[in-house]
Formats: sequence, C-alpha cells, structure tokens
Amino acid sequence: MAKDKLEAPAYREFPSPPPLREGAMSHMHTFIAKPAHQEDLDWPGELEDGWEQRAVDKLGDLLKKNKALRVYLDSCVKCGACTDKCHYYIGTQDPKNMPVARQDLLRSVYRRYFTISGKLVPGLVGARDMTKDVLDEWYNYYHQCTECRRCSVFCPYGIDTAEITMAARDIMNHIGLGQKYSNEIIGKVHKIGNNLGLPGPALVDTMEGLEEDVLDETGVDVKFPVDVHGADVLLVTPSADFFAEPPVDGLIGYGKVFHQAGISWTVSSYASEAANFALFAGSTEQMHKIARRIRKVAQEFGVKRIIFGECGHAWRVAYSFLNTLAGPFDFLDPKYPVPQHILEFTYDLINRGALKLDPSANDDKVVTFHDSCNVARASRMGTRPGGQFNIPREVIKAAVNNYVDMNPETIHEKTFCCGGGGGLLTDDLMELRVKGALPRMEALQEVVDSHGVTHIAAICAICKTQFAKVLPYYDFGMDMIISAHQLVGDAIQLGEKE
Amino acid sequence: MASTAVGMLFAIGFYAAALILVLGLVWKIARYIITPAPLKIPVTPAPVTWAGVPVRLGQEILFFASLFKSNKWIWIFAVLFHAALLLVVLRHLRYFIEPVWFWVALAQPFGIYAGFAMVLGLLGLWGRRFLVDRVKYISSPSDHLMLALLVMIGLSGLLMKFVSRTDIIQVKTFFLGLLKLDIQALPTDPLLLAHLTLVLILLIVFPFSKLLHAPGIVFMPSRYQVDNAREKRHIVRWVAKMMKQMDADDTAAKQAADQA
Ligand code: SF4
Ligand code: SF4
Repeated sequence: MAKDKLEAPAYREFPSPPPLREGAMSHMHTFIAKPAHQEDLDWPGELEDGWEQRAVDKLGDLLKKNKALRVYLDSCVKCGACTDKCHYYIGTQDPKNMPVARQDLLRSVYRRYFTISGKLVPGLVGARDMTKDVLDEWYNYYHQCTECRRCSVFCPYGIDTAEITMAARDIMNHIGLGQKYSNEIIGKVHKIGNNLGLPGPALVDTMEGLEEDVLDETGVDVKFPVDVHGADVLLVTPSADFFAEPPVDGLIGYGKVFHQAGISWTVSSYASEAANFALFAGSTEQMHKIARRIRKVAQEFGVKRIIFGECGHAWRVAYSFLNTLAGPFDFLDPKYPVPQHILEFTYDLINRGALKLDPSANDDKVVTFHDSCNVARASRMGTRPGGQFNIPREVIKAAVNNYVDMNPETIHEKTFCCGGGGGLLTDDLMELRVKGALPRMEALQEVVDSHGVTHIAAICAICKTQFAKVLPYYDFGMDMIISAHQLVGDAIQLGEKE
Repeated sequence: MASTAVGMLFAIGFYAAALILVLGLVWKIARYIITPAPLKIPVTPAPVTWAGVPVRLGQEILFFASLFKSNKWIWIFAVLFHAALLLVVLRHLRYFIEPVWFWVALAQPFGIYAGFAMVLGLLGLWGRRFLVDRVKYISSPSDHLMLALLVMIGLSGLLMKFVSRTDIIQVKTFFLGLLKLDIQALPTDPLLLAHLTLVLILLIVFPFSKLLHAPGIVFMPSRYQVDNAREKRHIVRWVAKMMKQMDADDTAAKQAADQA
C-alpha cells in the first residue's frame, strides 16, 4: 500500500472503546510462505488434501502438550473484560481483533472436535467445523495479533490470547500454511545465524566500520569484537543492531559501556541473532534449534557470562526459555544470572559508580520510555518483580536530565504494543501496523503536548524499527525514536577512568 | 402435599446429576493436572517464589483483582453475583445438616437478601450482552441460556420464599434422606419442582460448560507459575525428549556429511 493512500486513524476524543466495524480488516492478508521456506523448516510446502483432519489432529496433539492451551480454551466466560484492551481492536475496530473473538476462532474448532457440548449441540455453543473459511479467518486474524499479552493482564483468569495465536500458527505451519515473513527469517537463522542473512565476513566489516565511526567521533578506540575466544562476555543482540537505524546507535552504546567497564566481550558470527522468531510461530522445536546455537558458541568461546542486547521478544525467549531450551548453563560463572540483560549490566555499573555519565550531554532532549510488551509482561530484570520497569527508567534517568512517563494506563504491565511485534513487522501488513500504533501514539501525543517530549526511548529492535516507520503517519519525526543505550552512549564520559 | 413417587424421581435425578458432576470434574481436573506446561509463561510482574503464588491467586479469587483493573461495571455485577451466590449456597446448607451449624444459622438472614443481589448481578451481566456492542458480538446462545438458567433458579427460589411457600420441613426430610440413601417423599409444588429441576440441569452442565472457569482459575500458567526461570531450570518430559532427539539427528546428519 502506498504511503500517501494509507492514513493513520484519528485520535479518539476520550480514550474510550470505539464502536465495532465488522469486517474492517478482513482484507488484511500477510504473504504466504513459499514451499521452499516451509520445507526448510520441515513443514509441508502447501495445503494438501486432508489438511482439515491434520489440523484437528495437530490441535489434539497440542492440547496434550500444553496445559495453558487446554485451560484457556475451556475457561473463558465471555465476560468481555478484554474486548477493548487490544491495540489492534482499538486501531481497526474490527470485532475479530477483540482478544476473546480472536480466541474464539480457534475455540470454536476446539469445541466442535474436543468437547461433548460442541459435538452434540454445535450451534448452541458456537462450535464450527474445520473448513476453508475458518482457516482463512485464522490466517487473517492470527496474523493480526502481536502476541503482546496485554489482554491477559485484564482477563479475570489471565487467559493469554498470545498462547492461542501461537497454537493456531503452529497448526497452520504444520498443514502447510505458513507466513512468509517469519518462516523465511527462521530459515535464515538456521542457515546463516541471523535474521538478516548477514554472513560472518560482512559482520566483521560492519563492526570494524563502527570502530572507525566511534574513533572519528570521540577519539577513543572502542572495540567491537567478533568471534573472540576467551572473552568474558558473549553479547547476543538482535541483528538489526548491526546496521539498522536507530538500533545501531544502541550497539555503539553497549560497546562504549563495555569499553568503560573494561570488560572483554565479543559477538559471535555463528549465533549472531538474539531474536527468535520461532516464538512467534509457536514452535518449541524451532525455538530450541535457534537457542542451542547460543549454547554452542558460549561453550566454544569459553565465556563467563552471556548478555543480551535490547530486544523485547528476544529477552522473553532468553529470560524465560533459554534455560529450558539450551540449559543448563553450569559452565558459566555462577556469579551472574544467565542470561543477563544489557540494561541489568549497565545499571549495575552505574550503581557501583563504575560508569561516569554526564546527563547534560542529552539536554537537548525530553525523553519518555516505551515499555516493550515482551519485556514488561513476559520477563523480568533484576531480582525484584517489576525490575523490568524500574531498571530501564533508572538507566535512562542517569543518562538524561529531562524524563517524563506517559499516561500510567499505557505503561508498565499495561503498556501498549508498538504494533509491529509478533512477526508482523513486514511491509505487507503496513496498514495494520499503522492502525495498531494508535493507542501508543495517543499517549505519546499527550506528553508531547504537555511536557514537550522530543524522544521516545525503546529497548527492542522491533519497536524501534516499527516506530521509525509509523511515527511519520502520526506527524512525528521518525528520528524521535531512540535506543536506550544511545542515550547512555552519548552521556558516557569516555576515557576518564584511570 | 408430598409424593413418594416424585421423591423417587428426583432422588434418581440428584444421584445421577451428582455422579455426572463429580466424574465430569474429576476427568477435567485430572487432565488439567496431567497436561504439562512446557515453558515458563507467567504474566509478569509475577511472584519470584512459591510463597507469592497463593497471594496472587487469592487476590484474583477473592477480589477479582484483574477484573477490577479492567472494567468496573463487569466487576460490580460479577462480585455482586458471586458473593451473593456464596451466601445463598451457605443458606441452603441448612437443608443438608441437622442440627444446623451455628455459622450457617448466622448466615440465614443475609442469605435472603443475597437472593435479590444474585438476580440483580445476573441481570446486570445479562444486560451487557444486549447493550454493549462488543459483548453482544461475543455472546453465543449458550451464554444467554446459562444466564437464563441462573436467573430462573434465583427467581423460583425467591418466589418460594416470598409468594408461594412450600413445606420446607418436608424438603429437608427429603434431602437428609438423600444423604443416607433413604428416599423420602417430596412436596409437589410446581415452583419447588421447577427450582430443583433447574438446579439439576446446572449440576449436569457444569463440567461441560464455561462454568469450568471455577476450577480452571487455579490452573492458569499465566497466573500460578513462579517467575524464576533463570534460577531454576524448568523442563518437562516431552520437551527434553524432543530436544534430545533433535540434537541426535543433527549430530548424525553432520557425521554423514563429514564422511561424504
Ligand atoms: S476477559 Fe478473559 S474470560 Fe473475559 S471474555 Fe476475555 S478472555 Fe474471556
Ligand atoms: S496478545 Fe496483544 S495483540 Fe494479541 S489479542 Fe491480546 S492484546 Fe491483542
């Protein structure tokens, strides 16, 4: 869709639930994976005869393997508490983007084949046969969910639509109906090691380029090492950090922090990706296959600790799943949590006084902070619950003098998704991405008007890329989005340590 | 008037319903327990030790904490209905125990008002299914029927209390007998029989309907899991097996490639 045709939805008068517009997004259809992409992941290339039964069988398989799916499908009482909590519903008004309605697309099939009431009286309980129409709806609307878990926070039972979306995508992949964007990327990681398909030599080049840039700018020889055996720290960061704007400025920030702390570090060309799109596809198998690359490299290099760069879903996989999928990490230094977040690392240095920051370096900015959904609702930083909210803010506040939070209804665990997570950061879903950003943009506008906010800091490569793209639709500059570690990097007093 | 034949009919009904309820729930709950949770997926911030879990769940079960954050109208009606239901059930305990426990006797007067509160709460929830376009959209016929069933149970009970009374001494004799497998006559007032029939239906559909949210609430991985993924490795059998197999296949493939 051309940019001049696509318009952002108008801000709401009072942030209140908008009325329904049935079918408003039924045309949204992300590109389907080509057979080659599917087969790279050992999934059927395309829909084949008998897919209906295979879909039902796969659902049965998942019900046996995943408690959450089973309990979530049984327990919804259709109270409606979640209906106005999804950014995609708010931005598109399509009723099928209400979390419970999204769940019902799968729940109706579950009821038909796996519950007594659905077998006996399907019409009464909203049970449906697995047909092509149903599958088409799945494909459309399960690719209009960023798996952000906001709905779960507001559900009286904690029913997490993200789990249901993941299950539906897993089923679709297993019958040969995958999404091009995510599956192509997963294949690239298996083959080359990162989402961008950036081979080792190119990575070395890029990192050398960064060294030159920093040297030119600061006169200090900050290293950006690749594949260094025996380094203390293995840094695993989203590959977008290597050259996409604005994430790359975050990477420069990490480099300066390591330099100043005097801790040796390296990235790996084999495990050059923190992102794990298999999460979005709901595939534990593929997640393991990606995660084990990190373990392998950590063992080979003999590092003491693993630190992850700024990325939301990557931190969820790292924090919550890495130990399960690639552990145990008993070969690392037990003094540090495995893995650690770069913000935990920087925060710790600041607290120990090991990092000298001059926040006046950022005095041209008034900064606010966007909590990434996966960090906020699916992980933690530090030792206390809620550290994932405080630590990034403390670090940013140490690096800037002017900081304000957005509306409390839109931050911390109530944060609104940027609109581009969950494997939806693709141009073929641009309309959805622009509309889904509405609630976050409303909250941003509020602090721009009231406090003159100039920058919104984020700690996720997807958020950063998404914001850079959608901010202009809401009449903001695309350079308003900034990496938390760019703020840190700009405030660091390099070379002042004895 | 009381009839032994009617007593017999309802006795069979209650035994059957109780059996279905218990077996149905055991079957469902057993599956909730057996089915593994392959990954750590608590919605955070979450308790970092087991000790915090009962607190988190307690807030949800006793105060509907998340619902309060989410929607005040639903919260009011839901609390009204559930709290009232609890009192009404307590009040009905007197039909099953002799002598009546002290605290059950104490709850009696509240139980009467609770009957009204319960119906009011239900009507509030039902009204939303017509008046709020979002809730209307997600309601299926079974959602309306469930509310209709509960409202009718409440109304028939209230009518018996305030309009057309039944012989509650005989009702109690019937239920005490039921507990001792000694089937007694039951009054044949249509209101009473309607009330009891509706309750029978409720007991039978319980394990096959959304009423499963009652046991389900403690089996939600998003809420009962402890946030300690880094400290303690969480691993279930099928994941361990799957990973071992994948790694073995991979090694074998690599060896084959090296030899070729
Ligand atoms: S809030 Fe929970 S129980 Fe209520 S409709 Fe949504 S998913 Fe169902
Ligand atoms: S997980 Fe997020 S995107 Fe998906 S339905 Fe819930 S609120 Fe919407």
